[in-house]
Amino acid sequence: MSLRTQPGPYFGDFGGRFVPESLVAALDELTAEYELARNDPAFAAALTKLHMNYSGRPSIITEVPRFAEYAGGARIILKREDLNHTGSHKINNALGQALLTQRIGKTRVIAETGAGQHGVATATVAALFGLECVVYMGEVDTERQALNVARMRLLGAEVVPVKTGSRTLKDAINDAMRDWVGNVDTTNYIFGTVAGPHPFPAMVRDFQKIIGEEARKQVLDLTGSLPDAVTACVGGGSNAMGIFDAFLDDPDVALFGYEAAGDGVETPRHAATITKGRPGVLHGARSMLLQDEDGQTVDSHSISAGLDYPGVGPEHAWLASIGRATYLPITDDEAMSALRLLSRTEGIIPAIESSHALAGTLELGRTLGPEATILVNLSGRGDKDMETAGRYFDLLDEGAEQS
Amino acid sequence: MTTPITSGAVSTVEHTIARRRSEGGGALIGYLPVGFPTLSDSIDAAVALVANGVDIIELGLPYSDPVMDGPVIQAATQQALANGFKLRHGFEAIRAITAQVDAPVLVMTYWNPVVQYGVERFADDLRAAGGAGLITPDLIPDEADVWMAASERTGLDRVFLAAPSSSDARLVRAIEASRGFVYTVSTMGTTGARAGVDAAARILVERLRAVGCTSACVGLGISNPEQVREILGYADGAIVGSALVKALADGGVPAAARLALDLAAGANNIRPASTPQ
Repeated sequence: MSLRTQPGPYFGDFGGRFVPESLVAALDELTAEYELARNDPAFAAALTKLHMNYSGRPSIITEVPRFAEYAGGARIILKREDLNHTGSHKINNALGQALLTQRIGKTRVIAETGAGQHGVATATVAALFGLECVVYMGEVDTERQALNVARMRLLGAEVVPVKTGSRTLKDAINDAMRDWVGNVDTTNYIFGTVAGPHPFPAMVRDFQKIIGEEARKQVLDLTGSLPDAVTACVGGGSNAMGIFDAFLDDPDVALFGYEAAGDGVETPRHAATITKGRPGVLHGARSMLLQDEDGQTVDSHSISAGLDYPGVGPEHAWLASIGRATYLPITDDEAMSALRLLSRTEGIIPAIESSHALAGTLELGRTLGPEATILVNLSGRGDKDMETAGRYFDLLDEGAEQS
Repeated sequence: MTTPITSGAVSTVEHTIARRRSEGGGALIGYLPVGFPTLSDSIDAAVALVANGVDIIELGLPYSDPVMDGPVIQAATQQALANGFKLRHGFEAIRAITAQVDAPVLVMTYWNPVVQYGVERFADDLRAAGGAGLITPDLIPDEADVWMAASERTGLDRVFLAAPSSSDARLVRAIEASRGFVYTVSTMGTTGARAGVDAAARILVERLRAVGCTSACVGLGISNPEQVREILGYADGAIVGSALVKALADGGVPAAARLALDLAAGANNIRPASTPQ
């Protein structure tokens, strides 16, 4: 039986719809419209046209031999989602959902964002399609990703800093859901990851699976065979599902998702949801999550705002439970070292999120040896992270910081 | 007056609502979160609400991610969590309240805490503490098989939500799944006082009646006796939350008790009483 293209709402024991009744009609409408759209050649054609003429697909692959020297000599190939318009894989999903919004006839879109990449992608498509756009972003994240806040506002979106709870991505999702409950008549929620209630996990995966479909063919063309392993970072997990999906039915291709271990999974400051969490219900789906014994969500921590989330998409929880994919933790320090290493060996500055996948790949390459080929999803570029990196590596002199 | 229940259990909530109706009024349901401002104050406040005319207590269990709640209840429950609220305090509170007053106590909880506690264990402990059942804002009947079975076994009430956006088929599903009452969401939004309660509430109650609902209580946005009176003109109960929580936050138990007394005036003499019981 194929593991690909699971339709939802359930992925094994995970998934579903744990939402207020008020949202069910909107989720049903979205599910029905998406079902029509995915079978409509005109929808596919419109999306393909946007990919080709707007966001820059197909994204290239880049082999990185100088970086690979540090990975036991394994052959390492990057899928360059960092080169997409807006700087990450998030645009793939935002374009798809914006087209769907247009099809449904709603004029206002809302989104949550962590690092700001999904917020920027949504603000971008809102500008392109002439939609009103409100982005919810945890106050902590608006501070550490100030550049993306400015980008969203320049694009015409309203950015709402969320001051409740831990003031990060999880609370941004709560506020976006509250907005949606109150404005569902006019508003579509462009959800950014493969989490949340049905149809989001399946739909967002479908809009992202083009990453793996392209990369599978590109790697075959380059090397003549499938990679031995495919790696990606996992917060909510959209870039990982995007690159994993095309390989799910290739049993010889190992799949590795790298979660943010923050200060370390032995400390309380991490976001390693599958590694350290338990099954539970959060943000509309049953999945793995970081929680205390009472089921209260525990605050996560990661230097990467995009991975700083105590939940994970239900399809990942399922793939972990059946052993099809392996999820491992990467600390802040490991990720930052990998960020610097790729920058210095290959001239590519990755996002801190994607650097978790790079760090995991360094270790994996040493394990698999020089015969192995590893495909890494370089999900985003590091421009947005220069302030964090500048502080982390002490790159900014005082004068520069003040100017 | 009580409706026969499939499991043989008698819903004290339904009984209370029916009694209030036969008296010519309607049920006043008051929400308070456990542990706000302190555990003992929340218990005292619930007791005071009943002493001042609230018919049914809706006791909220603080939760880290309350997506159906507006700012007032968010702030209160966040404070309760910061003060160290644990689920066991919920059961302690129910025990303490039901020891002092006769009113049924329903628990309003998001679903994950129940899942983590264990649905069966939660049902047993709720029953043992004297609780009447659960209101589940983020559990729809579609996902509720385990809770349906546990509530059948224990005879606990289960209150599901009906929203203005719900299809007729979903209203039927909510009515069939619910016991006690159907929580009729007055407006598309989260909890919080509103100046006018939507016409949507009246229309939704009419739609629920048309598909056989005999116990519909309206909540969201209700804060004063005029609104209570207006709603009880067509619904079986009125649910007040944020206004009571705000009164408790601003003026302590006495202020919450005063508001309850005001609200209760709106819940009486709405129509002539039927034959005395």
